[in-house]
Amino acid sequence: MPGYAERVKVFGIYIQGDPIGVVVTTGGIRRVIEFRAVTKRFEDGTIAVDELDLTVEAGTITVFVGPSGCGKTTSLRMVNRMIDPTSGTILVDGKDVLTVDPPTLRRGIGYVIQQAGLFPHRTVLDNIATVPLLSGWDKRKARTRAAELLEIVGLDANFGKRYPAQLSGGQQQRVGVARALAADPPVLLMDEPFSAVDPVVREDLQNELLRLQAELDKTIVFVTHDIDEALKLGERVAVFQTGGHLAQYARPTELLAAPANDFVASFVGRDRGYRTLTFLHADVPVHPVTTAKLGERVTVTDWTLVVDETNRPKGWLSGVDGEVEVAEKDLISGGSLYDGSTLRGALDAALSSPSALGVVVDDVGAVTGVVKADDVIQALAKARAAGEVPK
Amino acid sequence: MTWIFENWERFWEVTEVHLRLSVVPVLIGFVLAIPLGWWASRSQTARAILFPFANILFTIPSIALIVITPVLLGVKILDEINVIVPLAVYTLALMIRSVADALSAVPGNVVAAANAMGFRPLRRFLTVDFPLALPVTIAGLRVATMSNISMVSVGALVGLGGYGQLFTEGYQTDHTEKVLAGLIGTVVLAVLADGLLLLIGRLLTPWARAGR
Repeated sequence: MPGYAERVKVFGIYIQGDPIGVVVTTGGIRRVIEFRAVTKRFEDGTIAVDELDLTVEAGTITVFVGPSGCGKTTSLRMVNRMIDPTSGTILVDGKDVLTVDPPTLRRGIGYVIQQAGLFPHRTVLDNIATVPLLSGWDKRKARTRAAELLEIVGLDANFGKRYPAQLSGGQQQRVGVARALAADPPVLLMDEPFSAVDPVVREDLQNELLRLQAELDKTIVFVTHDIDEALKLGERVAVFQTGGHLAQYARPTELLAAPANDFVASFVGRDRGYRTLTFLHADVPVHPVTTAKLGERVTVTDWTLVVDETNRPKGWLSGVDGEVEVAEKDLISGGSLYDGSTLRGALDAALSSPSALGVVVDDVGAVTGVVKADDVIQALAKARAAGEVPK
Repeated sequence: MTWIFENWERFWEVTEVHLRLSVVPVLIGFVLAIPLGWWASRSQTARAILFPFANILFTIPSIALIVITPVLLGVKILDEINVIVPLAVYTLALMIRSVADALSAVPGNVVAAANAMGFRPLRRFLTVDFPLALPVTIAGLRVATMSNISMVSVGALVGLGGYGQLFTEGYQTDHTEKVLAGLIGTVVLAVLADGLLLLIGRLLTPWARAGR
């Protein structure tokens, strides 16, 4: 993981002044955010967070997940003092946040809010430049940095002059992420950032976040109520239970394999066995398959995979007698394709295929063979035996 | 119309007075309404006190307020203050609510985002909350300005200037043209003032029309 000096080199810019948030080494493990016996009791007596002890490690995405009213958002907001704890201590790089004046603290911690929360009266570029300008950068430098960020989050430069209302929800949230990253804070807080966009856009944004994190190496705390999102994004996942209790804090695979209690088991869901497959990359035997091209005359005896000129799958052929000419109209559409990524992909390809044979494709989408569901189950059993699935 | 052209200097003179007596109170009332409206947007208690009080102020007939003002302030009955203060009070009464509503309508997640970015309160008010409240505020300002331009005429009943003088004089001397001149002047002034505020609003809030 790049240290402070490398970050400076990568971005050329780093948060000025108070060094809060700079990664330091403490006894081998770099800890960035520590909750120590943190309790938050609201004025009406409800306990939002109950004696929370948790360490968010440097350079990881840590997800706080749980049903509404479990204290996940309250916990997040205590990090940058949007809410102050009733008792307990929160340390960011060993420094008690309560000793830092809130505006100064917040300028050193990126924040992405639900529905982006962009300033409607400012252009996209000015929105992104918010924190640098607050921190006293000169306008030109802040704008230059904002333009860089626009590119980093995958938006075209001509978006810079637009107002937020002229952007789609997904684009707005990209700008929200860019705004949070503008002053290059080492810590990023994300409060249900993708909850208000449709599933396709959400998946894009999630993949984008993973891509960004691979480059940026921030310490990210991400709040969501969506367990799928938590398992996908989190290197560590903290499951919160109603009443502000931390029910379990573990890696996604551990959470799926060994839920700490019934609450976690039910929250993780009934299909957690299937989800475990997402985290396994074991080899599945690839079997040969009979293929045919459109227009060819073939004798169909069993399921035949029809491919195009470049060997990409078009569909299946079955149930025709004798020798036939392969025609588009006779094709039965296929299931999902397996690109060799995870066991979940392999199983899904097999289960969704009309022939029960999952089509395996290579990098360019050409057919290399098929996988069978039984083989996936066996691969899982082998992975279990080898201790790859946590007990 | 002929009266206006034949008596251009007189007409211009009352126009000037009328304009001054309606614009100055709007400015005073508006400036005072900003902190009070801000307070009302933040505190239930402030609302409970300010809104009924503003409503009561607004129900006092203008002629009564104009007559009482010199007594309360100890100024001469012919001082322009006697129109400026009551009209400023009306503007204030109207604008407290406008400003409070406008500020309350600023989206919660935008305010939260501003706080989370590290804005300090004054800067947040000046660069986030207030600019976002402008469209609603300017709408209120247009109503207040219109109502002031029409109410200034009442000042003529206690001998003050403005188009109201043309009404009283025209009525007393049975000079319909003069009354009509005052009426035309009032309407033209109102339309121009409204147009100007609309234009200022558009220039200040280009983002408000930037929808998809």
